[in-house]
Amino acid sequence: MTTTTVTARRTRSLPAAGGFSATFVGLELRRMLRNRRTVIFTVIVPAVLLLLFGSDSDYKTQRVGDGNVTGYIMISMAVYGAMLATTSGGAMVSIERAVGWSRQLRLTPLRPVAYVAVKLVIAMVLGAVSVAVAFAVGAAAGADLSTAVWIECGLLAWSCALVFAAFGLFMGYLLPSENVMQILGPVLGLLSFAGGLFVPVDQMGSVFASIAKFSPVYGVGEIARYPLTHDGSLLIAALNVAAWTSVFAAGAVWRFRRDTARV
Amino acid sequence: MTTTLQPAAPVRAPDTLAVELDRVQKRFGAVTAVDGVSLQIRPGEIVALLGPNGAGKTTTIDMLLGLSDPTAGQVRVYGMKARDAVSLGIVSAVMQNGGLLKDYTVEETVRLTASLFGTAGSVDEVLERAGIADIRGRRVGKCSGGQQQRLRFAMALLPDPELLILDEPTTGLDVGGRHDFWSAIREDARQGRTVIFATHYLEEADAYADRIVFIRRGSVVADGTAAEVKALASGRVVRATLPGADRARLAGLPGVDTVEVRGDAVIVHSQDTDAVARYLLTHTAARDVEITARNLEQAFLALTADDGLTPDAGSL
Repeated sequence: MTTTTVTARRTRSLPAAGGFSATFVGLELRRMLRNRRTVIFTVIVPAVLLLLFGSDSDYKTQRVGDGNVTGYIMISMAVYGAMLATTSGGAMVSIERAVGWSRQLRLTPLRPVAYVAVKLVIAMVLGAVSVAVAFAVGAAAGADLSTAVWIECGLLAWSCALVFAAFGLFMGYLLPSENVMQILGPVLGLLSFAGGLFVPVDQMGSVFASIAKFSPVYGVGEIARYPLTHDGSLLIAALNVAAWTSVFAAGAVWRFRRDTARV
Repeated sequence: MTTTLQPAAPVRAPDTLAVELDRVQKRFGAVTAVDGVSLQIRPGEIVALLGPNGAGKTTTIDMLLGLSDPTAGQVRVYGMKARDAVSLGIVSAVMQNGGLLKDYTVEETVRLTASLFGTAGSVDEVLERAGIADIRGRRVGKCSGGQQQRLRFAMALLPDPELLILDEPTTGLDVGGRHDFWSAIREDARQGRTVIFATHYLEEADAYADRIVFIRRGSVVADGTAAEVKALASGRVVRATLPGADRARLAGLPGVDTVEVRGDAVIVHSQDTDAVARYLLTHTAARDVEITARNLEQAFLALTADDGLTPDAGSL
């Protein structure tokens, strides 16, 4: 597993997987859940928005595709929550660079790639928590979907949020700020409006509806709701997700390389 | 997953130097932070890098830790590249400040670091040795500066390094915190670890190092045992105005350590300043003769002053 090097003092070896381990992920996750701001962003904000906008009693009876409007709004809010969660997970990098933790980690055998992998895993776990909370609140508020739609929409909302994990990482390496989410939170809100997450695209004017298709939020929302609505173009949505993931991932890699080149 | 690292030779022949800097230079744009430092440190030595702020101590340490690469010259740590020595845990460091996450507890911080070094079994031991076992459950953000510093020390102990580097480890600590920290380090160094620490506190260098390397403006200006430094600091200084001073003649007087000539001024550092003064007044046209004492602090200032001039020593 490892090539060991013998010294007078003891046997020395490099960690497997560059330092990526269940211990590392577990400790990081515990720390994230301890952070009040993270919990507010990933759990409370989407739940509150869902209760505000989705619990109108008319919505329980109005039908959309295979379910009711409450269900439709719930999926949108799950996407929004997953987006906030994965972004803040990725953006942790910024805080850790700002306080010098990244530098401290350079005094260990941890490989930078393993560090990024840990951040991505954490981001996706937080995203899953957020989706689960949104669905639990939605179920309580009267969302009515078939079992298959619950599962498909949940998995899609969660997996597509990988775009925003990449976005968070990119911003985390770009903005050396301890309060990066105070900047990114409103940005994500705007993108969500522009991308038809809060107001359906077909209720927008034609200009805005065209612009919406280019928002990084558009594709995720469309794909996540597709099992419910069977509406819209999956191809355009998939292209949107693929394109933005590439852009954000490329940006993150670019900044990450620059960051490690400083060494 | 296979991780390999192949050192060129067996890691540590008995005579391998702990640190070898060979004409190391580091430039940041137009600024030369480290200017041709050569330094050899043997295993087991406790060395102080002493110098004023901005002298190049931290830059030198960054290169020893593989955090930055020299612009020119070579850095070897236990015969290998600095970055490899760090990865294998042969060298570890206590950095100045920052570098901790306040949402972690003391123990979690250590456990995380231990997981990276593959030394999960030694968490309790290093907490104990750093004297923070009693606050293991405390959030880092709630720890005092001294406690945080001992936490950094605990983390540095995890790989059981051959070489421990401390960068201004007691900056910002109160007297008590400083004392506790050094007690822990001194206790640890008894086991034969090589220790290099940067400081601008002269008394720290004097009390804890068996070798002191003075650094000024990116260069080593003096390098010797603490005793040699004390000798350097003993004696007195004669200053006089003497155009065209005969440097060799002055240097040949009994007890003279150094002779400096700056324009018309001559500065002689000697164990027997009376003899120097007598010579100057009777055999030369020297005037404005002045004899001053030099203590350790002033020796330090003289060696490390950034303006490059010997500051006035206290008058006798």
